[in-house]
Amino acid sequence: MGISIDRELCNGCGRCVKICPYGGVTLEDGKAVVNERCTACAACIDACKVEAVRSDIKEKEIPDFSDRKGVWVFAEQKDGAMSRVTFELLGLGQTLAGQLDQELSAVLLGNKVEHLTEQLGEYGAQNVYLAQHKLLDHYQTNPYAKVLSELIREHKPNIFLIGATAIGRDLAPRVSMRLDLGLTADCTELTIDPDDGSLLQTRPAFGGNVMATIKTLYSRPQMATVRPGVMEARRIDGPSKCRVTGKDAHLLDKDTLTKVLEVVREKKSGVDLCDAKVIVAGGRGVGSQQGMECLFSLADVVGGEVAGTRMVIEEGWLPVERQVGQTGRTVRPELYIACGISGAIQHRAGMLNSRYVIAINRDERAPIFEVADWGIVGDLHEVVPTLTTAMKGRKARQGI
Amino acid sequence: MNIIVLMKQVPNTTEIKIDPKTGTLIREGVESIINPDDRHAIELAVSLKGDYGGKCTVLSMGPPQAIDAISETLGMGIDQGILLTDANFAGADTWATAYTLGKAIKKVRKYDLIICGRQAIDGDTAQIGPQVAEFLGLPQLTYVGQVEHIDGKRIVVQRALEDGYERTESPLPALITVIGEINKPRYPRVDFLIDACKEKANIKIWNAADLGVTVQEIGLSGSLTRVIKTFSPKIKREGEMLRGSTDEVVNLLLERLHRTHLI
Repeated sequence: MGISIDRELCNGCGRCVKICPYGGVTLEDGKAVVNERCTACAACIDACKVEAVRSDIKEKEIPDFSDRKGVWVFAEQKDGAMSRVTFELLGLGQTLAGQLDQELSAVLLGNKVEHLTEQLGEYGAQNVYLAQHKLLDHYQTNPYAKVLSELIREHKPNIFLIGATAIGRDLAPRVSMRLDLGLTADCTELTIDPDDGSLLQTRPAFGGNVMATIKTLYSRPQMATVRPGVMEARRIDGPSKCRVTGKDAHLLDKDTLTKVLEVVREKKSGVDLCDAKVIVAGGRGVGSQQGMECLFSLADVVGGEVAGTRMVIEEGWLPVERQVGQTGRTVRPELYIACGISGAIQHRAGMLNSRYVIAINRDERAPIFEVADWGIVGDLHEVVPTLTTAMKGRKARQGI
Repeated sequence: MNIIVLMKQVPNTTEIKIDPKTGTLIREGVESIINPDDRHAIELAVSLKGDYGGKCTVLSMGPPQAIDAISETLGMGIDQGILLTDANFAGADTWATAYTLGKAIKKVRKYDLIICGRQAIDGDTAQIGPQVAEFLGLPQLTYVGQVEHIDGKRIVVQRALEDGYERTESPLPALITVIGEINKPRYPRVDFLIDACKEKANIKIWNAADLGVTVQEIGLSGSLTRVIKTFSPKIKREGEMLRGSTDEVVNLLLERLHRTHLI
């Protein structure tokens, strides 16, 4: 295997010994000998003048994956309630499966969760792989990884998408290593390459400074985690025609490896930015906690929520669940009103998918204007109250 | 207790700028730092060693200059550093990286706990920890915000979730990934740092041959995925600046909101 020396041809010149970066060749009795430090890097092949170095290393070939069919999404559920990201994945899955003319399946793991299959159908799943077991009741890495890996081995899907949530980012890499699958993290855009039908996986890197598009060359399914809040959930027209494919989960207590002692769900403060149709967001320009008040008044009139940049959260002007950006929430409201936000790349990463963006900032050169539909250069403490009054007047005239 | 910390030297992404002409990263003059989450992993390792004794090893894969980051961890109280460096390690995706790190951990052999930071700020994948755990067949505990209990046989932690936390127990050896809330990393000690920069500092340097791997399994050749394109994020917007007095711009804005059926 790998590199060997033809002792007949070797003239003992020692060039290969000199060029090997690993000490993988030595001279014994005037002939070169390959030892266990050889990494098959092939540096010696070119160095040998008498062609005594033999190699059976084959160029890595891209396997034929034409038998791989089906787009799968992982149906994340907690305590028997479907996570929002599942519907977003199905929305994306509908597009991808449609383009490839392949079936869209959801993979649902849990205990007593049959009632969720209907919902998966309404959001586009044509098939649900359902595995139920008491050890799948609450998410645990190894039982979930075991059942998922078995399903992938049995059905050989083409694409497998998982939400980039706490569960998804714990589970997906475990499965990727178990089955030797490439995995792309936290994608914000997924499309089909029109040339070869493969999945183009685009994700931000370097804190959102660069976007990278990645392809899975050597393994199937093409596997990616998808950032929550980026894709759009879409109900199908008409009734669901989803079928359910059962899967027996063979699990033993020892398969869990770890043991969940207690789950503490902390009460939500009632704010879910992902649900908001309008978001009024503040940045450094707001100036103080009192300064936030005009943002709340505007949000009140337009029926929106107030959010802030990382700096606003760090200053304590708003609680952490209202943070938008790379380290906070990713939101996609109909309207995003950015007040006194300069528009650092880390913040923009969280609001790029808003349908319309208004930017109000005193500095005309602020990068937020580059991502705004409408920009107003001015003091937000003047513009926002004027806008609030004008909206109020409009509503009053319309009798709302 | 023998602990291995996985650490990455990363460019400080808050300083990164994009060349507006080419759309590529300007790396010149950007300082290299210990990945922020990994600092918390190092702090946890050193404080556990303080409580329970044992030895802490930091393991890092990177270019030769990553030895500076390893020296800094020795300054924080880590006993031994191992740098995996080889031109053939370059260009690895997470699968090939986890494979290489896993091979090195197998060579280290003796460990009770492996600690990683949640994710690195250059790639933000959070995949290496779980992938290494799977490669070694170890239980994993991700997003650890607090270690409640640890002894020679088991560990109990709090794992941070989106809507709360869970208390989870695992037998040892295990791999955990930690979040920033877990502790406040200490500063390196000057006398330790001076020792760490000396010739005889306890830092080993391993290449592919030392791990017993072939170049086909590692780096770009071993990777299952390929980056086919990088570009700077671009978004198309109307990009219209509204000008005039405050009343005028608000009226212009309302007109546009009405036109697009937002109001």
